[in-house]
Amino acid sequence: MDTEIDINTFYSEMKNENIILSYKGDISQELISSLYPIIENRLEEEVDDQKGRKKIFHVLVECLQNVLHHMETFRSSAEFELMKGNVSGQFMMTRRGDRGYNIFTGNFILNKNFNVLKERIDKVNSMDANELKAFYLGSLSTSELSEKGGAGLGIIDIARKSDNKLEYKIHQLSDVYSFFTLAVKIN
Amino acid sequence: MEENLIIEGTNKTPVIKFYYENGAIEISGKSIPENSIGFYQPIYSWIDNYATKPSPKTEIRINLEYFNTSSSKCLLDIFRKFESIKKAGKSDIEVLWHYEADDEDMMEAGDDYNSLVDLTFRLIKV
Repeated sequence: MDTEIDINTFYSEMKNENIILSYKGDISQELISSLYPIIENRLEEEVDDQKGRKKIFHVLVECLQNVLHHMETFRSSAEFELMKGNVSGQFMMTRRGDRGYNIFTGNFILNKNFNVLKERIDKVNSMDANELKAFYLGSLSTSELSEKGGAGLGIIDIARKSDNKLEYKIHQLSDVYSFFTLAVKIN
Repeated sequence: MEENLIIEGTNKTPVIKFYYENGAIEISGKSIPENSIGFYQPIYSWIDNYATKPSPKTEIRINLEYFNTSSSKCLLDIFRKFESIKKAGKSDIEVLWHYEADDEDMMEAGDDYNSLVDLTFRLIKV
């Protein structure tokens, strides 16, 4: 069972010249909370303008909470038991020269859930800025929030704030689960 | 019970200062908790109690640096609760939505809420 999947391998074609942040391992609520101050410090060092820093931090937070949401769903599945805790999530932030930044995330996902996710990303990718705004407002005013968050707003917000199409891959690893990677470009 | 609700801010939850008697409400700082309902539940309860006997004037100061999407839903729920108080004719309510000069996203978010709820919004550049 290949659970040692590395975002670096998936996106080697993107030739990441400059890694600003990188993490691989268990992703829990406690972990990501402890990462926020570290991320803010790194952004302070790396990104000159405050506006850019805020945008990147905002998108990073949504991306991490998205991964956390998937991890928690996956952890509560029977499949997780079979993998004996060998389940890690990943994220990485890189600089694209002077053209902006990339954020990559990777997490396991149950195959029965990936169609909903795929449809959502394909839908936001087909929209322009005005359509995304309308979709966001519509979802905001009608959605119900679960205890774990996940009102489905995260993906729309990531697309809106990054102002780029979201790139993703779903690598099916068994009949039950897959590894999902998301790449977000911020200019 | 006409009690104030004061909650200290953290690196992922905002400062909450809700003063019952004069209707001065403030949410400021960062709001990026993973479980935002857990954080906002006591605030909903406070507003439900406030709604029974609100101050004639309520001023809601929002001065957020960041908020995540799950907080955005909670903010809408908060505004909707105040909207009901206004519709019942119990209090004049104004939202003072603060944003930093270069933060167009935060300005737009204020505009978004203004379009979703029937409350008077003033967008204030800081």
